[in-house]
Amino acid sequence: MMPWFIGFLIFGLYPMIMSAYYSLCRYDVLRIPQFIGFGNYQKLFFEDPYFWTSIYNTLVYTILRVPLCIAGSLLLAVLVNNAVKGVKFFRTVYFIPSIVTGVVLSVVWLWMFNPQFGLINSFLAYFGIPGPLWLLDPNWSKPSMVLMSVWSIGGGRMLVFLAALQGVPKHLYEAVEIDGGGWWTKFKNVTIPMLSPVIFLWTVLEIIFSLQVFVEAYIMTQGGPLNSTMFYNLYLYNKAFNDFEMGYASALAWILLVITLLITLIQFRLSKSWVYYESSK
Amino acid sequence: MKNRKVNNNSKNIFVFALLIAFALFFIIPFLWILSTSLKGDEQIFTIPPQWIPETLHWDNYAKVFERIPFLLYIKNSVIITVTVIIGTVLSSSIVAYAFACLDWPGKNVLFVIVLASMMLPAQVIMIPVFVIFKELGWLNSFKPLTIPAFFGGGAFNIFLLRQFFLSIPKSLIDSARIDGCSEFRIYWNIVLPNAKPALATVAILTFMFSWNDFLGPLIYLSDQAKGTIALGLGMFVGQYVTEWSLLMAASMLMMLPVLIIFFVFQKYFIQGFVMSGLKD
Repeated sequence: MMPWFIGFLIFGLYPMIMSAYYSLCRYDVLRIPQFIGFGNYQKLFFEDPYFWTSIYNTLVYTILRVPLCIAGSLLLAVLVNNAVKGVKFFRTVYFIPSIVTGVVLSVVWLWMFNPQFGLINSFLAYFGIPGPLWLLDPNWSKPSMVLMSVWSIGGGRMLVFLAALQGVPKHLYEAVEIDGGGWWTKFKNVTIPMLSPVIFLWTVLEIIFSLQVFVEAYIMTQGGPLNSTMFYNLYLYNKAFNDFEMGYASALAWILLVITLLITLIQFRLSKSWVYYESSK
Repeated sequence: MKNRKVNNNSKNIFVFALLIAFALFFIIPFLWILSTSLKGDEQIFTIPPQWIPETLHWDNYAKVFERIPFLLYIKNSVIITVTVIIGTVLSSSIVAYAFACLDWPGKNVLFVIVLASMMLPAQVIMIPVFVIFKELGWLNSFKPLTIPAFFGGGAFNIFLLRQFFLSIPKSLIDSARIDGCSEFRIYWNIVLPNAKPALATVAILTFMFSWNDFLGPLIYLSDQAKGTIALGLGMFVGQYVTEWSLLMAASMLMMLPVLIIFFVFQKYFIQGFVMSGLKD
């Protein structure tokens, strides 16, 4: 127990405090930190256009990705919840891309998105559709990364929702059937309310994950084209480990922490109006 | 009645068509990677693409090892990953044992702190931790990547193991205590053997994290000879961005151990994923 406690102090509590302190300093690692008050924050908010660019990019990415991931994997879960022959096989197949992450995912999709010889545009060309430049086009770069991300985690999230689906009592669906309701009525009036706690939890987590996007942009685009994939954490990394502006980067980290907490808090507030907890009824 | 059966049949056909369409969406990229990894230069840049190359260039896989010190990267990754797995499983299970099976003051407060720390973005502590390792002279060694695993092993793993330990019958532990077993023997001989599924899940999650970790090696390992496979692949893209067959061969090699572990330990793998969200 003791080593853990020491570890918690060294790798948890102490860094938290130091990070807050560094964010108030000018600090390049080589010389000792020099206290400058709220100078970093002032510069961030009022003099640094890249800060706002990175916030904008990250928010757009999050807004595109989260609903698509949640809705897509939920619908997939409904699909593989059908009692069809071989459905277990399909569940496994859908899950396999989930084991591809980080660098490999990025490298592989860099090739998939190749405008001339990549799989996607070759496929589109087969139907006579000229595909976009994907990662090379500032308007398409973020949607491209969202598409990649949906491919890579859709099947994994599907299993989360599938587990929840299998816990929904059958008689609720039967009641809808007796009333003559079809697939959509069942989905809207039974599935969504019954699954709302799980949907809520994963929306919260998925937003946190989306705000942290880093490796994809680092490998695939280095933030380009035209800074369209300069995401928050990529900017933070560049400030910290390319420019060695550790104080400035610490301020960035604290702003991210505050943004994450705020968004999560707002969601908990909003959840009261749509999340249905069986026991509290 | 008959009408309903026809309806059901047409519904099944529709469902099946959808199932196959999505299966293609998820699987075709893998075939594409495999196909590209076996192509020669002249076959890569053809329109429309060739799915099965006329001559299979297995030598692409050998070329990866010639072009970059891939064997060395694999060795480094294996050393780091195995060390991190051992450290994480040991330390997170000890802490989880203290939370699940022992009584001590402040336990509940500390547990809430552990849970809360899961929500923190890692970036907040990244810089001070980097400074600590720099002061210790650990930069450009495996220590920053491996040593922390022995101190706690991550909040999520502690949480997961604690929940599992709580489900082990209390009577087992109590009777051992009455027989005069030390706490360590109870942990080692009774709790751990009864928690193999949970330990396997933690080990697999840790494997996935450590094997694929890019940011850690990127920050701490600047010497090329210290590089990991993830870092090596990342640098490879930067240098040889048009040599797609070699890049895909290297990607296949990095994916292979993960695929094998997935097929062997499917149950634990999926369990770990469903509970944690694994990636991101």
